[in-house]
Amino acid sequence: MDATSTCPSYSARDYKSEVKPVWCPGCGDYSVLGSITKALAELSIPPENVALVSGIGCSSRLPAYTNVFGFHGVHGRALPIATGIKVSRPELTVIASGGDGDGFSIGGNHFMHACRRNVDMTYIVMDNEVYGMTKGQASPTTAPDWEKSKLTPQGTGINPFHPLVIALAAGANFIARGFSGDQNGTAQLITEAIRHPGFSFVQLLSPCVTFRPEQRDWKDMVHLAAVDPTDDPARAARRLMTDDGFNVGVLFRGSRKPFQPDRRVSVDSVADLEKEFVL
Amino acid sequence: MSSAESQDSAIQSIEQLLAHALAMEVEAVERYETLADQMETHNNREVAALFRKLAEIEKLHVDNVNDISAGHTLPHIAPWEYAWQAPESPEAPSMSADGIHYMMHPYHAIAMALEGERRGVAFYDRLTAQSEREDVRKLAAELCETEREHVTLLEAWLSRFQPPPKDWNEDPDPPLLQG
Repeated sequence: MDATSTCPSYSARDYKSEVKPVWCPGCGDYSVLGSITKALAELSIPPENVALVSGIGCSSRLPAYTNVFGFHGVHGRALPIATGIKVSRPELTVIASGGDGDGFSIGGNHFMHACRRNVDMTYIVMDNEVYGMTKGQASPTTAPDWEKSKLTPQGTGINPFHPLVIALAAGANFIARGFSGDQNGTAQLITEAIRHPGFSFVQLLSPCVTFRPEQRDWKDMVHLAAVDPTDDPARAARRLMTDDGFNVGVLFRGSRKPFQPDRRVSVDSVADLEKEFVL
Repeated sequence: MSSAESQDSAIQSIEQLLAHALAMEVEAVERYETLADQMETHNNREVAALFRKLAEIEKLHVDNVNDISAGHTLPHIAPWEYAWQAPESPEAPSMSADGIHYMMHPYHAIAMALEGERRGVAFYDRLTAQSEREDVRKLAAELCETEREHVTLLEAWLSRFQPPPKDWNEDPDPPLLQG
């Protein structure tokens, strides 16, 4: 006989599909998958009430490995798809996920405007500072002196994109950073991000052991942020000025009202809209 | 509060201890299954079979804890609220970059499992020595004994394998950095 339990109705396993991941052994994304499923179990959200949307890349394979509604979209376009799902089905818990190349380069413009719109959803970016699926090119978050790619033999020479700074400046309502090596701590961050109203952004440092093997050292470099989260954007910005890129925890919890259009407002049909463009 | 103090203060009942024990074993099963899947995907069949076997052994531990838990109502504890002395549960093999490689040898897998079992022993040992509650100390000692048996088993297992050569992870056909 099993013990009775006061545990939630779902376990992390309930959110995993039968499809086995093909990521490289040691890849941080395995742990992120575990964190997401643990967070959903903790929140006890029925799998059929969750939509997980991704773009293209190693980490964007995530929807296939989960047992929730999934949409493996086109490169960089996870956020507009996720936005569409949320505004048309506000009762769903919507999560967008992907990598740093997908989210900050090809999808960079969508990232800024998703922060600005503040639709109630969570964006999880597994950041390994490289395009892994295409065998190792510099991404927007790659350090300027990384010389391993033949495309950038002397490094990119370009300052890397700072996702947390952009998210804060563009208006994201919740901003956090985690490390895939701490699966339970990351599950806590994701749980909080999903619970927080509005657009929540979680940057997860997730090592690419194949094309950035030096990232195995990240486990010794990450550290808990020394300060508590703030709801003051100016204070959060000052903290980011001294950020070493390895602070983990919640940076910012805003209170901006999420954007949710009123679906009861009648709109013109597509045919009516097209009339305006008739020559 | 240190993690050691947090462990002592968080486990104040048999139910809390059983909830920790169950979570520890369930996590270990899931990790070993995932590692077995990874090795199968990357055609490292010998290590895949080993991880699969370790998952089966951990399932027996889950059954054992479930049997002991019969009649108890276990509290719900969020994954990040367990009183482990590290972020991860003691027995769980690491899912992160450390130690996991598609060319790893059985020796590495058993050594990894042995480390996990030793962490499990240390977890229960501490409770046995320091808990203020006698019933918690007694059960922790019982659970510790099971873990010790597995440490002995894995040590014997490990002694059957030679440590791999230094260049064990040299891939003659490595993933190419392109672009």
